[in-house]
Amino acid sequence: MIKLIGILIIILGFALKLDTIAVVVVAGIATGFAAGLSFNQILTTLGDAFITNRYMTVFFVTLPAIGILECYGLRERAAYLIGKMKSVTPGRLLALYTALRTLAAALSLRLGGHVQFIRPLILPMAEGAAKNNFEELDEKSLEELKGLAGAAENYGNFYGQNVFVASGGVLLIVGVLKELGFNVEALAVAKASIPIAIIAVLISAVQFLGFDRKLARKNARV
Amino acid sequence: MQNTLLELLYVMCGIVSFVAAYHAFSGKEQQSRIGTSLFWAILGIIFAFGKYMPKNVVGMMILVMAGLAAFKQVKVGRFYTHPPEFRERKAGEIGNKLFIPALAIAVAAFGVAQYTELGGLVGLGIGAIVALVLSLAVTRAGLKEVSRESGRLLQQVGPASILPHLLAALGALFNAADVGDVISKGISTVLPGNNVVLGVMAYCVGMALFTMIMGNAFAAFAVITAGVGVPLVLNQGADPAVAAALAMTAGYCGTLMTPMAANFNIVSASILELKDKYMIIKKQIPIAIVLLVIHIILMLTLAF
Repeated sequence: MIKLIGILIIILGFALKLDTIAVVVVAGIATGFAAGLSFNQILTTLGDAFITNRYMTVFFVTLPAIGILECYGLRERAAYLIGKMKSVTPGRLLALYTALRTLAAALSLRLGGHVQFIRPLILPMAEGAAKNNFEELDEKSLEELKGLAGAAENYGNFYGQNVFVASGGVLLIVGVLKELGFNVEALAVAKASIPIAIIAVLISAVQFLGFDRKLARKNARV
Repeated sequence: MQNTLLELLYVMCGIVSFVAAYHAFSGKEQQSRIGTSLFWAILGIIFAFGKYMPKNVVGMMILVMAGLAAFKQVKVGRFYTHPPEFRERKAGEIGNKLFIPALAIAVAAFGVAQYTELGGLVGLGIGAIVALVLSLAVTRAGLKEVSRESGRLLQQVGPASILPHLLAALGALFNAADVGDVISKGISTVLPGNNVVLGVMAYCVGMALFTMIMGNAFAAFAVITAGVGVPLVLNQGADPAVAAALAMTAGYCGTLMTPMAANFNIVSASILELKDKYMIIKKQIPIAIVLLVIHIILMLTLAF
């Protein structure tokens, strides 16, 4: 049971709203000691895992281009373009993005990303659409819109990817099941992932369109 | 070839980090100058040269970065950036050509991943270079502006940018301590082995919960499938392909609900300049719970 000390530290740390990085490092060191590792072994594990997981933040390389485009008006242009289309609302835009992102993921097209798409294009478009259909967003609504835009990327990314036969998730499932003595075809796993991909697009659309209604109600009150 | 290019990509990431360090060190109104520039310089060194350094030294450097972040010694500098009027004017002047470099990242990344053996990450790196060249051509901006803007953006993302790697390291330590075994043994000893409904619920909820702890459904899948899925679901006559596929996406419901999946939920909140860094998670929780319930229903109806 002592081995679960890391989990306890994580839960307490998040509940008490302590600094996330400090909590994670302390939990890691405590778990390492509980597993009987020396301090040097813990450092080695830490360094090794950090190096092999550098891929998680390769978005760094896209920052120069995105930064320059933003400072020359990319977001303003995106908002302007959407502003001309009266039928586009923030909710419809995010629902459409999630559907396209899911479809792209199912075809293993890597089209998406919080840095590449949401921040420079989708979010300003959604803000433009909100301004167009409703009033200027207040700070609370803007925060909510940003949260939903960030969520749209995740919904689309997660539930579509296993529909692709050679995706990492499908290959892992086939590999793990084989080790456990169950032989399954990758195609069967991919097919079994289709219903939830469609359902996720629909359920998230309900959330996005609900945000439109919320904005409309707010507008009516003013 | 691929590995060399991949290391080159990480060197490029390192350079962006060094640029942020340079601006922190030389910025006129930078608070916590030493801490901030040290943080980004160390991160740059780990990105660019970490592969060739002793791993325990890298571990020590990570502890220094974590300490700087924990004691709030990493601050966002105040950068000069063009005023909104300038951006509005340029948006009008340059027009839709602005979209070409932005979309070029995705197109080039896709092309490289699809038609060469180099893989998606190298593709992203090539896409980034193509996009940078195109954006300089379209905007006629200078390299000085490039350096300033990339420094500004990275500082805005801030210390959260090391969270994904730290959490991956935490996952490695959890594995070393066999945390997953302890949990799945706990679940399977509590539940009766022959109740399919309870078994399916335990498999789906177990995947979501353990993914929330690990921040990663892939890491949870092997552990929970071996400990819970096989005895309580697969051995009770479920179609293994259907049950396992749904278990994996049930795990993704956990990913939506946890700050441990920092690159999806926390770093992205910094990228979108959210004041509440848990806002994306807060919006995702209701959807994730609904989807998790649907997973249980689907597994019961489609796998049996």
